[in-house]
Amino acid sequence: VSAALKEGRVTPTELCQRCLVLIKSTKFLNAYITVAEETALKQAEESEERYKRGQPLGTLDGIPIAVKDNFNTAGIETTCASNMLKGYISPYNATVVQKLLDHGAVLLGKTNLDEFAMGSGSTDGVFGPVRNPWSYSKQYKEKSVPKSLSEDKESDWVITGGSSGGSAAAVSSFTCFAALGSDTGGSTRNPAAHCGVVGLKPTYGLISRHGLIPLVNSMDVPGILTRCVDDAAVLLGSLAGHDPKDSTTIQDDFKPFELPNLTDVSKLSIGIPKEYHAPGLSSEILALWSKAADLFKNAGAKVVEVSLPHTRYSIVCYHVLCTAEVASNMARFDGLEYGHRSDMKDSTESMYAATRREGFNDVVRGRILSGNYFLLKQNYEKYFVKAQKVRRLIANDFLKVFMSGVDVLLTPTTLSDAAPYTEFIQEDNRTRSAQDDILTQAANMAGLPAINVPTALSERGLPVGLQFIGRSFQEKQLLTVAKWFEKQVQFPVIELEEVKRHDNGVFQHQKSASFS
Amino acid sequence: QKVSVEVLDHLEHLALVDFRDSEGVERLQKAIQFADQLQEVNTDGVEPMDSVLEDRWCLYLREDDVTEGNCTKELLENAREKLEEYFVAPPGNIPLPKLEERETFLQGC
Repeated sequence: VSAALKEGRVTPTELCQRCLVLIKSTKFLNAYITVAEETALKQAEESEERYKRGQPLGTLDGIPIAVKDNFNTAGIETTCASNMLKGYISPYNATVVQKLLDHGAVLLGKTNLDEFAMGSGSTDGVFGPVRNPWSYSKQYKEKSVPKSLSEDKESDWVITGGSSGGSAAAVSSFTCFAALGSDTGGSTRNPAAHCGVVGLKPTYGLISRHGLIPLVNSMDVPGILTRCVDDAAVLLGSLAGHDPKDSTTIQDDFKPFELPNLTDVSKLSIGIPKEYHAPGLSSEILALWSKAADLFKNAGAKVVEVSLPHTRYSIVCYHVLCTAEVASNMARFDGLEYGHRSDMKDSTESMYAATRREGFNDVVRGRILSGNYFLLKQNYEKYFVKAQKVRRLIANDFLKVFMSGVDVLLTPTTLSDAAPYTEFIQEDNRTRSAQDDILTQAANMAGLPAINVPTALSERGLPVGLQFIGRSFQEKQLLTVAKWFEKQVQFPVIELEEVKRHDNGVFQHQKSASFS
Repeated sequence: QKVSVEVLDHLEHLALVDFRDSEGVERLQKAIQFADQLQEVNTDGVEPMDSVLEDRWCLYLREDDVTEGNCTKELLENAREKLEEYFVAPPGNIPLPKLEERETFLQGC
């Protein structure tokens, strides 16, 4: 579509308008918390001016994007789907948001998530759960047991996965061309797999976290959600690089790259970690994973089974480190400088306590309390330091495997396809997170780049994705392999009523469904 | 073994959030149980890892020069109670009431 913009076949304002209309007609998905209609149109107009003058800012100029609601966006409400930040208007743009705007992107709005990005379903935010657009797709409806012949939207819809569910749903339903998510334990890749979109988690330290409301400082990264791997590369190109405002970004120069069209994979070594055959992995996904490995083998690549022995402790380690960092990061919310403030006036401490009592949901409070427990003097060595040691073991597992000559690892992203909402909420948040993050978490532990590539539709007509994990800062190699794979599997386009109705060629055609 | 009421109370004081109900306390118990699995791993001779970027010289200190600021107005905008250029807080140095005097679920434990 970027080419279309350059050639004048469509204008930025037209594109923006169409997205806004589509957002309205897909409101039942609950993917957006805030739609910044006025500012988006203004940005689109400015972009149009630039195209008219023949001076667009680049591939992203005029492209509508959405941003997860835990990134600060100047002048636009940023809530993190929590009562604690309802009404909080950010005074500044997160670095990644600023970079997108500097490239001319049009910010459509803020997407829904689990409260403070804690969760794996996008079901635990104060604005309600996000619905997976595939619940309403022809492909899913055809496979589901016919309950009633009505157009009832209240029937068994499935979850998007989380915590960047809103962003994934927005990209999947064509309401934007790319979206920002965040990834701490799999929060970008998990919903990407369930919604059939590309979800990239960059190497820790590549993209600035300044302005991303932190969950776990040592693992958070901004995530990129797009409809194809090339788009993810374009977005990465505009976002990566050192930021003086984030001292955890590396100082090396980053050169944006275009992905080559790989034809010869014979020099590639793909690792299949056997521990990722986790308990609970659906036979469907296991078969798909196997098929993918064969695909590489038949194309001439070297496919080897490898071992990451500490994989099963990754989720426990994460549990301790995450709650500990959360206990610290959430301490800033006390009602004094921003956000919700309780009416309690007896004392500062009681005001803080009441504010936090009113502002946080069960999940957040639970993690804060657990985190504080693990950080108590009597528990510090046994839990926190122990977890840090286990983290090193996990990171070393990966190092060993990559040093043995493996280029990229191939694993499943999720244990199964998206569950129906009613089934998902039977278990509490912590249990679900522990189950769902199992395949994605280790990459965050080691800081490695990882990407979900939509692979095929399940028996139920829902998307299933596979994950590639690469070496630190080798995004180009990772994305090149992912692109090759994407081309081989030819994942189908979602068939959504709403999209068809508003389409006149710009959206549905696979080539222009991406922007690069 | 179960977490004592003293520790639960201590946690509520430290975190300034409440357990709210028995579910909240159960949640902590389960979390501890889950975390205990770490004890199965042999970490003899392993150094704790603070950051995955420890090998890179990126965690640096910069020069102590003022490069931005003067945004008092923007910063005060989001505060509910303020006076001139101050954030207004209720009286400080008053500790939270003790367990017996506080309205907390833990009273019944």
